[in-house]
Amino acid sequence: MITSFLPLVAAVLFAIGAIGVLIRRNAIVVLMCIELMLNAVNLTFASYAYELRSMSAHVFIFFVMTVAAAEAAVGLGIVIAVFRKRQSADVDEMNLMKW
Amino acid sequence: MLVINVIAFVAIFSALMVVFHRSPMVSVVFLIVNLVCIALFFLFLHAQFLFAIQLIVYAGAIMVLFVFVVMLLNLRKEEELLPGWRVQRALAYLGGPLLVGALWTALWRRGRSSEAFPGGFSSGFGTAEDIGRLLFNDYLFQFEAASVLLVVAMIGAVVLARRRES
Repeated sequence: MITSFLPLVAAVLFAIGAIGVLIRRNAIVVLMCIELMLNAVNLTFASYAYELRSMSAHVFIFFVMTVAAAEAAVGLGIVIAVFRKRQSADVDEMNLMKW
Repeated sequence: MLVINVIAFVAIFSALMVVFHRSPMVSVVFLIVNLVCIALFFLFLHAQFLFAIQLIVYAGAIMVLFVFVVMLLNLRKEEELLPGWRVQRALAYLGGPLLVGALWTALWRRGRSSEAFPGGFSSGFGTAEDIGRLLFNDYLFQFEAASVLLVVAMIGAVVLARRRES
């Protein structure tokens, strides 16, 4: 019951995060949407750990959280560096390396 | 089950507010609400250690970082739509439900075979003791690699955010 319901919630949260990454132009909000997607994946991991009675997925969630913390620190550092240079955190204006 | 439905509703509503509210500060607050909802889901799924870690690391540490940066940068509130963005917007709204459908098809097949694993929980399921035992026995190398990753990320953040004298 709970293990068939929560993956659906996680899928919806992941899709909302993906839509946010596509339609928002503020770099910080884009980073927040990525956190949203990572959390949806964590929720899927946890519900399958519950269903399969296996703790390995908990270790994976632990590592996902580690990577999310590193990603948030570096991402926000980049946003601060770009903002200092251009007075804007708009992802459309960061086009130096775009094709 | 009713409690889980309410939490799921709050989680999805706060996720929508994160994406569609124009003020980044309000987005941060709703993201914290979303993270707390997911922590509560962890509690329902016998993952007590992850519940605590989710609240301390995510809703505590990472979100403080976000709040700091949003307040530091003093961003513009409104964002106007550029002409070329209408296509991307339409594609996002079209692709989002498709993504839900695809993920749900993949996950639902797996969920239906749950009768194959009817076993009960071990007494230490989801506790810090059992996760620690797994981390320091089976996943020791990955654990060390994660610590190296954190050190590198810390150095990178300091170097990136440093003020350059020129």
